[in-house]
Amino acid sequence: MYSVTKGTRHMSKPCDLVQGTLDMLLLKILALEPMNGFAVSQRLKQISGDVLQVSDGSLYPALHKLEQEGWIAAEWKTSEHGRRAKYYSLTRLGRRQLEKEANAWGRLSSAISRVVKLKEA
Amino acid sequence: MRPEHWLFTIPLRLRSLLRRRQVDQELEDELSDHVERKTQEYIVKGLAPEEARRQALLEMGGIEKRKEECRDVRRVRWLQDLEQDLRFGLRVLRKSPSFTAIAIATLAIGIGANATIFAVVENVLLKPLPFPDSAQLVDCGHDVPSIGLHGRSAAFLYFIYREQSRSFQSVGMWRENSNNLTGLAEPEHVRSLELTSEVLPMIGVEPLLGRLFSDDDAAPGAPLTAILAYGFWREKFGADVSLIGRNIILDGRPHQVIGVLPRNFWFMDSKAAVLLPLQLDRNKTFLGRFQYSGIARLKPGVLLGQASADCARLIPVAFRTFPPLPGLSLASFEQSGLKPAITSLKASLLGDIGGVLWVLMGTIGMVLVIACANVANLMLVRTQGRQQELAIRSALGAGWWQIARELLVESLLLGGAGGAVGAALALAALRLLQVLHPEDFPRLEQISMDVGSLLFTFAISVFAGLLFGLIPAIRYAGGFMAAALHTAGRGAGESRQRHRARNALVVVQVALALVLLTSAGLMIRTFQALRHVNPGFLYPEELQTFDISIPRSVSADPVAVTRMEHIIADKIAAVPGVSRVGLTNDIPMGSSHWYDPVLIEGREAENLPGRVYKFVSPGLLATMGNSLVAGRDFTWEDLYNQHRVAMVSENLARELWGTPQAALGKHVRHMSISPWLEVIGVVGDERADGVDKPAPATIYWPLLMDHFGPEPLHATNEVSYVVRTPRAGSSAFIQELSQAVWSVSKELPLANPQTVEDLYKKSLARTSFALVLLGIAGAMAFALGVAGLYGVISYSVAQRTREIGIRVALGAQNSEVRRMFVREGALLAALGIIFGSIAALGLTRLMASLLFGVNPIDPLTYAAVAAALAAAAAVASYIPARRAMRVDPIVALRYE
Repeated sequence: MYSVTKGTRHMSKPCDLVQGTLDMLLLKILALEPMNGFAVSQRLKQISGDVLQVSDGSLYPALHKLEQEGWIAAEWKTSEHGRRAKYYSLTRLGRRQLEKEANAWGRLSSAISRVVKLKEA
Repeated sequence: MRPEHWLFTIPLRLRSLLRRRQVDQELEDELSDHVERKTQEYIVKGLAPEEARRQALLEMGGIEKRKEECRDVRRVRWLQDLEQDLRFGLRVLRKSPSFTAIAIATLAIGIGANATIFAVVENVLLKPLPFPDSAQLVDCGHDVPSIGLHGRSAAFLYFIYREQSRSFQSVGMWRENSNNLTGLAEPEHVRSLELTSEVLPMIGVEPLLGRLFSDDDAAPGAPLTAILAYGFWREKFGADVSLIGRNIILDGRPHQVIGVLPRNFWFMDSKAAVLLPLQLDRNKTFLGRFQYSGIARLKPGVLLGQASADCARLIPVAFRTFPPLPGLSLASFEQSGLKPAITSLKASLLGDIGGVLWVLMGTIGMVLVIACANVANLMLVRTQGRQQELAIRSALGAGWWQIARELLVESLLLGGAGGAVGAALALAALRLLQVLHPEDFPRLEQISMDVGSLLFTFAISVFAGLLFGLIPAIRYAGGFMAAALHTAGRGAGESRQRHRARNALVVVQVALALVLLTSAGLMIRTFQALRHVNPGFLYPEELQTFDISIPRSVSADPVAVTRMEHIIADKIAAVPGVSRVGLTNDIPMGSSHWYDPVLIEGREAENLPGRVYKFVSPGLLATMGNSLVAGRDFTWEDLYNQHRVAMVSENLARELWGTPQAALGKHVRHMSISPWLEVIGVVGDERADGVDKPAPATIYWPLLMDHFGPEPLHATNEVSYVVRTPRAGSSAFIQELSQAVWSVSKELPLANPQTVEDLYKKSLARTSFALVLLGIAGAMAFALGVAGLYGVISYSVAQRTREIGIRVALGAQNSEVRRMFVREGALLAALGIIFGSIAALGLTRLMASLLFGVNPIDPLTYAAVAAALAAAAAVASYIPARRAMRVDPIVALRYE
């Protein structure tokens, strides 16, 4: 459904993430503060140190799906430049979903770590 | 997803559906905005503007494509969900065929019954009459309280309204009549409709062939014309187009056929074969003779009240314009209280059938509720059985709404299937109704299953599906806890809550069944009471009647007419099997009566109410079996010698003179110009209006009288013969009667042969109809209610098998175990009976108009129904209880 693109400047190794993780990431970003689509992708890139980059082509379908599920809500606001832009924010239900997914992710990732860290004979 | 979640997203989903263009535009804006920002960023990073823009667009990968992807995400989701639910639901239902079959059958009966009654209500009560702008059509009737006349009109009123009314754009009059059609192989008696020339154009009829009546046809003395009904034209004349312009002979006079009506012609349920023009002579119009029905079309914007006031204004004008009938005084008209009774045409046609139909609608609705309760119980049981599966799914992350949605889809599928089968049943039932053709049912031919009824069927299918689907969905709203997983495994039984829902449903079912059975019981009592009323005559099944009318062409002289009638009576008396013959103008429960006031010697000044006028031959009383309470009957000498004699009914005698004996020797007359006639006999009361109405006060005049009215001699040309014979009703016998009549005159067809028993049954038709339908509804409710109770107790036994095993192992007796369950059933039934009785006390009051001779709160009926239900409930609890007895404790404790 999505992929991490090769960065325009430097090549990062593509990380294959479990499906659905993108949703969680987007929800988390929006949990920090409401912002529009462009800003979300920028913030994600910034926070993850350019490791996690969402392609534009995958970003918006994902955002719309989250909106459809009722986890984020959208509002049209006039931006700083006087343009109209669509701002997304996390809903109460979205917060619950984020919690659920974060917990699931935590369990999964610690389980994987445990397996990977096993001492080989 | 929780329910509030789904509700929250509804506006969003609706918006994507309905405001597609706006949503699209927003999508476009959003994506373009992103590209803009990206472009800005690249420009900041040092790219040239065009290069920056190109790069940004490249990264977006094509705006249209992204828009499409977003749209897919929004739109298809819920459709896909629905499709999945439907497929899953169908599979689940297919896997339990017996449950599905029972549920669909139960629903089909409930929905089908409702659809049938609704089709009847819609087509008979709700749909407007099949005339253009039918809301403007009114029945232009009048009430004359002094003589007890209702809803009639007269020529003088017709002329006045036609000339001076401000509220009617068109006024007409009509009446049903019958004539002798001769000139064909056999003479025949046909029903006719006599109309003024305005009526057919007023109702928007276009002739199939030829033309309608013109004002010239209706002018007095104009050549006689006739229009034929389509069916009659096809049957009797082979749809011969050349018939137009030729003559047919009615009542001995030639009528030129000027047109044929279209096949779908309908007018006030008339079965007329022939339409004739009413030729009224304004110069010979008097005040009086309310023999017609009035019809009028209101001017646009005029209300009924205004029309009524306008007519009331014109009545005194009419009094001044036309002379009263000779022998009556103007003062008697002015004091008669004549007033307009203008009602919508539809209301006058429907009469009081509305009451019956709404009662039926209510009862059938109750049956549907019972059926839904049954299916809801079945669904609760099934959901109970799937508890483990559902609990696991819930633990794996399925939300309440997801599972509830599945249950709802299942129940809607059941509802839909039940509705489809029910619609088919309704079609069959309506066809059956047409075939059975109950008497006196207005607009029967117009009843069909049309779009409105189908929509209704669909709506109640969905409603029913939601109703019994939501019940288990709500019951399990608490979510499927892990506890359910444990307990279901060990089967300690369901929690009290679940059991309570099913118990409540059964109580509701039993209560409703009680209400329906009570109303059916009351109808049975009504019917019995009606059959026990003494109608005033004896053994109606032995009384054959038929009508004859002797037109002027056969005999114009009143004495000759009477003699002919006498000879015919003698010829009939000679037919084998006949014990007595009589004739009269008015047979009981036949068509309408002749009402007029009776003048009484010594009481001129009083305001005189109308009495039923019966013209009788000697011997009629004996033939009918009327009791002669005092005095004697007429003789043929009385008639031929024009003795001045009359008889009165017992209730009239008591009203006027106190006792029947006191009536003998008193003097009465029809008009002030008539000579006084002496009362020589008093006849026992006869329920001539039907057994549910009181016997009307009647005066019996001889068939032949002198100076009854303005004419020197008065005979009755249109008579009904009454023949007492055990062979009444057989067509061979009627053939012999026809031969007897024709041996006297070839031109007299027999009309309307029927037995008095037939007439009697016709008068009970409405009650019988209601009784049959309520009986069916009651029976259905009874069956469903008892089945529901049986189901609950059975299930209870099955659930508590382990408990029973423990009890028996601990030493409980068989009878104790049995009693446990019987008590459970008895408690539920008792609650149902109590609530049902309370409801019935309130609701049966609504059907009071249908009842006769029995109180809506008749204790006997209530007690009997309660007892019957209690007994059935006892049996329904006992049978599964016996099964409980057979539980082997070892087996019960081991398995689960």
